[in-house]
Amino acid sequence: MEKKLGVYVCGGCGIGECVDKERLVRIAAEEYQVFVVKTSPAFCLEDVRLIKEDIEKEGVNAVVIAACSPRVNTDVFALPSATVERVNLREQVAWSHPPGHEETQSLANDALRMGIVRAQKTRPPTPFTEANERTVLVIGGGVAGMTAALGAARSSVKAILVEKTPRLGGFAARLWKQVPKHPPYRDLEEPGVDALIRETEAHPDIQVLTGAEVQTIAGQPGKFEVSIRRDGEVRSVTAGAVVLATGWRPFDATALERYGFGKSPNVVTNVTLEEMARTGKLTRPSDGKEVKTVAILQCDGSGDEANAQYSASVTYLVSLKHATYIRERCPDASVYVIYRDMQTPGMYEYFYKKVQEDPGVLFTRGTVKEVLPDAAGGLVVEVEGSPLGGGVRLAVDLLVLATGMVPVASESEGLNLAYLQGKGLPVSKYGFADSNFLCFPYETRRTGIYSAGCVRKPMDLTAAALDGSAAALKAIQAVEKSSAGAAVHPRVGDLSYPSFFLQQCTMCGRCSQECPFGAIELVPEKNTPFVVTNRCRRCGICMGACPVQIISFDDYTVDMVASMIKAVEIPEGDEEKPRILVLACENDAYPALDMAGINRLQLPASLRVIPVRCLGSVNAIMAADAFSRGFDGVLLLGCKSGDDYQCHFIKGSELLATRMENVRETLGRLMLEPERATVMDVEISGFDRLPDRLAEFVASIKAVGLNPMKGF
Amino acid sequence: MPSSVESHRGILVVGGGIAGITTAVEAAEAGYEVYIVEKNPYLGGRVAQLYKYFPKLCPPYCGLEINFQRIKKEPRVRFFTLAEVDKIEGRPGNFDVTITQRPRYVNDRCTACNACVAVCPVDRPNEFNFGMGTTKAIYLPHEMAFPMKYVIDDRACRLTECAKCVEACQYNAIDLTMQPRTFSLKVGAVVLATGWKPYDAARIDNLGFGKYPNVITNVMMERLAAPNGPTKGKILRPSDGKPVESAVFIQCAGSRDVNHLGYCSSICCLASLKEATYLRDQNPSAKAYVFYIDLRTPGTYEYFSQKVLSDQNVSIMKGKVAKIVEDPQTKQLTVEAEDILGAEKTTLTVDLVVLATGMASSLEGSKLGAGVTLDKDSFVVADASGEGIFAAGCARSPVDVATATQEGTAAALRAIETIQIAARR
Repeated sequence: MEKKLGVYVCGGCGIGECVDKERLVRIAAEEYQVFVVKTSPAFCLEDVRLIKEDIEKEGVNAVVIAACSPRVNTDVFALPSATVERVNLREQVAWSHPPGHEETQSLANDALRMGIVRAQKTRPPTPFTEANERTVLVIGGGVAGMTAALGAARSSVKAILVEKTPRLGGFAARLWKQVPKHPPYRDLEEPGVDALIRETEAHPDIQVLTGAEVQTIAGQPGKFEVSIRRDGEVRSVTAGAVVLATGWRPFDATALERYGFGKSPNVVTNVTLEEMARTGKLTRPSDGKEVKTVAILQCDGSGDEANAQYSASVTYLVSLKHATYIRERCPDASVYVIYRDMQTPGMYEYFYKKVQEDPGVLFTRGTVKEVLPDAAGGLVVEVEGSPLGGGVRLAVDLLVLATGMVPVASESEGLNLAYLQGKGLPVSKYGFADSNFLCFPYETRRTGIYSAGCVRKPMDLTAAALDGSAAALKAIQAVEKSSAGAAVHPRVGDLSYPSFFLQQCTMCGRCSQECPFGAIELVPEKNTPFVVTNRCRRCGICMGACPVQIISFDDYTVDMVASMIKAVEIPEGDEEKPRILVLACENDAYPALDMAGINRLQLPASLRVIPVRCLGSVNAIMAADAFSRGFDGVLLLGCKSGDDYQCHFIKGSELLATRMENVRETLGRLMLEPERATVMDVEISGFDRLPDRLAEFVASIKAVGLNPMKGF
Repeated sequence: MPSSVESHRGILVVGGGIAGITTAVEAAEAGYEVYIVEKNPYLGGRVAQLYKYFPKLCPPYCGLEINFQRIKKEPRVRFFTLAEVDKIEGRPGNFDVTITQRPRYVNDRCTACNACVAVCPVDRPNEFNFGMGTTKAIYLPHEMAFPMKYVIDDRACRLTECAKCVEACQYNAIDLTMQPRTFSLKVGAVVLATGWKPYDAARIDNLGFGKYPNVITNVMMERLAAPNGPTKGKILRPSDGKPVESAVFIQCAGSRDVNHLGYCSSICCLASLKEATYLRDQNPSAKAYVFYIDLRTPGTYEYFSQKVLSDQNVSIMKGKVAKIVEDPQTKQLTVEAEDILGAEKTTLTVDLVVLATGMASSLEGSKLGAGVTLDKDSFVVADASGEGIFAAGCARSPVDVATATQEGTAAALRAIETIQIAARR
């Protein structure tokens, strides 16, 4: 379809006082000969009508609005039946540069040129809508998994629940009691898992497959092709999304041998104690004698980190629960709880208080030095570092080790994904499914697959049930969005996806390796890439990765960015007017630039900012183009990488850093200094330091001198 | 068969903090209509006032920004700021909610150009900064305020008697005659995400808050460290504006104390460790001391604790602070505490004392009434409340952000279940 461009230059909010609007109008009309150019004192108010009329009556189908930041008035300027490009003349020009200055005007002129070029190059995406399965596959039949299946079924989405063991219930079915959930938060409660099992089994929209395992999962959100093995038979089903609720295993207590585990039968884990309580045998394992004194060791001292990281607060609560079990069953018994710092957050403090009130439970802060057998068949536990000073020797019948809850390895177990990048969910350095776990805890690195319950992190029954619900919600969302061909978080609703110009593909496979979400597969033997559309998060990292630039989106391409770079007017050899290309992550760096403007902080006028979906979508050729074009420097503004990464796409900024090698090579080839291209971590709240940091970069470029290739 | 009972697909979310926003966008992206009712003139809640999150030390604005973008793109989310719920009546699938919205005095025509602020003659205490510094009576609550619209504080503004801002506004965005309005909504389910408020530190007699200027609370510390705070991110002593060389953090200031909050506020140990890094990042010679009862850094948060405590200039002491004495000349504070592990009395003289004040429920004294069961600390007892009414985040109990987003997402599904079940009845 032929492009009919309309350019709308707003003069409101100080833009009109800062730059010459007529100059901008002439650029649009004369340099680009767009179909229509209009101005208004405020396009966001009544005058948005002018734009709408041009679309409806004049057939304008590509709109460029040169006004405020694209981050504001999104709803006002959401214009159906036209593509909309925003040119940020307010926050990043008028509010952050001196009015009436020649360089400010140049900045506005270039911003408009880039916006028009972008509008010329963009195409409305055609969504992929061929994956519509509305069933959720839930793997794991514990509390999290059952709650997820019920959540889906109650919300009119069918569920298939696959449980490895012969019956539902998971670890919860092995509990005697659970910690207090209701005010006054003092008394143990029934686990309540039987009712949950009954409801799950009875729900007509849940297909329960016990004694079954997932053999493979192929495909994508909206259409996962799942094969399930049960009783030696393999059946195939289709699912729209997956909840992984495979739970946990007790921390391997053989690593706690120093506390006597494995040496004496009277040293048991908290899992064993739970079993003893449930089966009614709270006696000394060695001889069946009634227990008189019990020590519960929290295993949270130094040297216990491997165990403690899997505790969260759960194992502390379990220890308090176990102290209560023993005191209820054996009223004469004494219980020592040995701990470093008691982790009873929130209302659980009341439960801790209740246990503290019991004179038969003694809390001892310290660490255990040694555990030895005593003559009477019991144990001597030597505690040190107690606040009372000196060592304490406790003669006990039973020592309970509070072992942590290790997540079932989600990178290798449970899912068996038939993905080039591997079978499971990539994990963080702590072994839990990797995600932006504070703000978006369910977004794993496998689109449409959400982890819930203790496979995600250690949690109690209440939290596991909440987690099951939450993951089921995400699964329903994935079903809804993928059937419309729309991306899920974080580019939710995006209909674009990458396509490949395969004639020029070198089959290097880098796109498929670098995609953080495993969305790109290779045709077997031929090695040509293809995108599995609904796995894609639309970040553009593949586009940045491709060494021959054959990957593009309908509305985001290397050519588009290159053309925007070419649209910038480069002053000839004027020391006072360097030009710096800024490729800014639109998630954090770009808003930080806006916030500098909102605070009326002054930014260098030599910057030409192009927002990118993720720094990872920056292709090295973009920097090369800029330098060939005569830019003096290239600045890449993005998020922090590393263990505490802030990248919305997990790996984007990290991958970009590796591509900088290519950029520096290019600089070498062009006989330019390597420091002309730099990556800068910019946090969204780091706007206050941004002007100085940017000015320093500009000064450093001036110090090395301008790009001698200007004018070529 | 036609349903005999009218049922509604909308979800009411009370509170627009991180839990409420999460509930709203997650439900909307699954295809449901959501109304957020927020008391403040902006969405974002308490996290908007934080400088960084533990354990990643990342800015809360980052997560808020993307959530606001989701709201902007999602027509199914509608929100009312300066609004409070008067009452909730009805049953699952069919609740009648009455809401009163206070006047903003600024309408949707506001472009956030700031011209009004330049002419406003009246100052008011900046409550976003916990009373540190002032704004004009017409103001933008903060840089990332969403919606990005100015607001007038009618407790400070002289309204039509002055009206200078009306003249200054080129966009006819100010209406000083705006009145409160009460309206009702029909929804199928309700999620309470009403959040928390800092416990009033002035109620703790022995710790000198309100008496000594250099005793501040942990939330004030967040504002002092934030680049958009009263000191533009410099941690300065309130008494004289000098950089802070030493600070004592006092844990459980009000929490785990039968005279104040009986429960544990969950996040304060980690928050103080985090705030110690704020100080240390700014001043290579500064020292931070943390007095605690139990250092509550469960699970992998332990690694964060270890990282912070590997700094020689951050030390922790197990013990309760008995009293704080101010030197009337220097305004230095001498903190007297019992060091439990050293089994002796400790005294420390420092520039600043930060009280790790706990999180109190915002529902204290709430009038929501029927269908909402509160415990004695005014937190919602989730499964004891009426069918179709759920709670998330600090409305349930004091929690960290990761738990608030977990509960917000879960509450979205519970609300959807209610709506679907009611529709099938």
